[in-house]
Amino acid sequence: MSLIVDSALEAIRLMASGDARLMEVAQLSVRVSGTATIIAALIALPLAAWLVQTRSAVRAPVVVMLNACMALPPVIVGLVVYLLLSRSGPLGALGWLFTPNGMIVAQTVLITPIIAALARQTLDDAQLEYRDLFGSLGLSRWQSVATLLYETRFSLLIVLLAGFGRAIAEVGAVMMVGGNIAGETRVMTTAIALETSKGELASALALGMVLLLIVLVVNALAQSAKTWIGRRYV
Amino acid sequence: MSDAAQPIVAITNVDVSMGSSAILNRVSIRIHPGERVAVLGANGAGKSSLLRLMNALLDPSSGNVVAPAAAEQALIFQRPVLLKRSVRDNVVFALLARRTTADVANRVTDEALAACELAPLAHRYARTLSGGEQQKLALARAWALTPKLLLADEPTANLAPAAVHAVEMILRRMCEGGATIVLATHNRGQAKRLATRVIFMADGEIVEDVDAKTFFTSPKSAAAIAYLDA
Repeated sequence: MSLIVDSALEAIRLMASGDARLMEVAQLSVRVSGTATIIAALIALPLAAWLVQTRSAVRAPVVVMLNACMALPPVIVGLVVYLLLSRSGPLGALGWLFTPNGMIVAQTVLITPIIAALARQTLDDAQLEYRDLFGSLGLSRWQSVATLLYETRFSLLIVLLAGFGRAIAEVGAVMMVGGNIAGETRVMTTAIALETSKGELASALALGMVLLLIVLVVNALAQSAKTWIGRRYV
Repeated sequence: MSDAAQPIVAITNVDVSMGSSAILNRVSIRIHPGERVAVLGANGAGKSSLLRLMNALLDPSSGNVVAPAAAEQALIFQRPVLLKRSVRDNVVFALLARRTTADVANRVTDEALAACELAPLAHRYARTLSGGEQQKLALARAWALTPKLLLADEPTANLAPAAVHAVEMILRRMCEGGATIVLATHNRGQAKRLATRVIFMADGEIVEDVDAKTFFTSPKSAAAIAYLDA
């Protein structure tokens, strides 16, 4: 109990003092995971939209594959991305190993299937509800998909938040690809892992509380955006 | 109505099957412009399927269907399907989907909402309306599209009497405006009030197709007699 209290006090002290090291690590966490979420959304949402409207024979295997890839182990993703980005790998020329860019790649690979699979299911469910209406209004398949994306915007926002949450809480892949280099690639989760390995449990827990706070703020901002949009209605 | 007049809907020897089950069997109908047709029958008789067939939401397994293009039809569902937008935006969306210009869409939407007594609720979130108001919104959306053929699938099921009356008034006005209406309903009183012709269905087949007065005073088939006596 005392450890948790000490950790909470340490977390408050770190945030109140504007600890430069903490701010740097927190900023990098948000930047890496936020960028990965945006890139993953740009890939996953069109993929989900295509899956919803296609009658192609590859639809079913792709859906199964995406659903299965939601369980991708981060260390395996980290290893594969490490091999791709390593000097002798096919993407070695980019020089992204042990850089935030490499971490963004790893997190993007990790959360794209999650966002695509959940968005596909969300759109499929909505399509069941709207299919007859769209048919009776004579909408084309792509008009229908565009409307579905708009109609499910709040659900899709939750899907994106789930992706962001998965990314920012991930440690295995960013540790392997980023290397946890202080001032370069150290993010909240790798910092927590480091503090734990040093036996600084209170400090590790404090960082964990700050990480939770970051996620809480991001979710609160999303909820505020939803509420603000809802105010347009009487 | 003269058989020589050009029908707005011509269904000839249509079968519809799903898997091994037959939904519609050898259905043939001619509906002429301006007719008000009630489709009656027990649950599972094929009423909704017939409407969906006319609206091209259902493909015939065999036979031939000639009906107005989707842009000239509107379908009202038993449970109104409304977008997660304001009342007004639901109507505007339907008009824009049919490539109406924004100016015209706005003007027609105002007219449709006024006609359906929804103008005061124009900026309400559509899904927070009562059941009757939601159905009125679905009708306003149809009204705005000025369909040649209006298909209404049990539009007043589960509505309170006042809401039923309001919906019927709007349907009546749309008929007076020149729309041909095909109304699937369980409500015999409603069929008497609104329809000039009754198509009675049982087990996916058309059992009787006569003028409304004849159907309600002297039904011929045992199925129709049993239905009316129930």
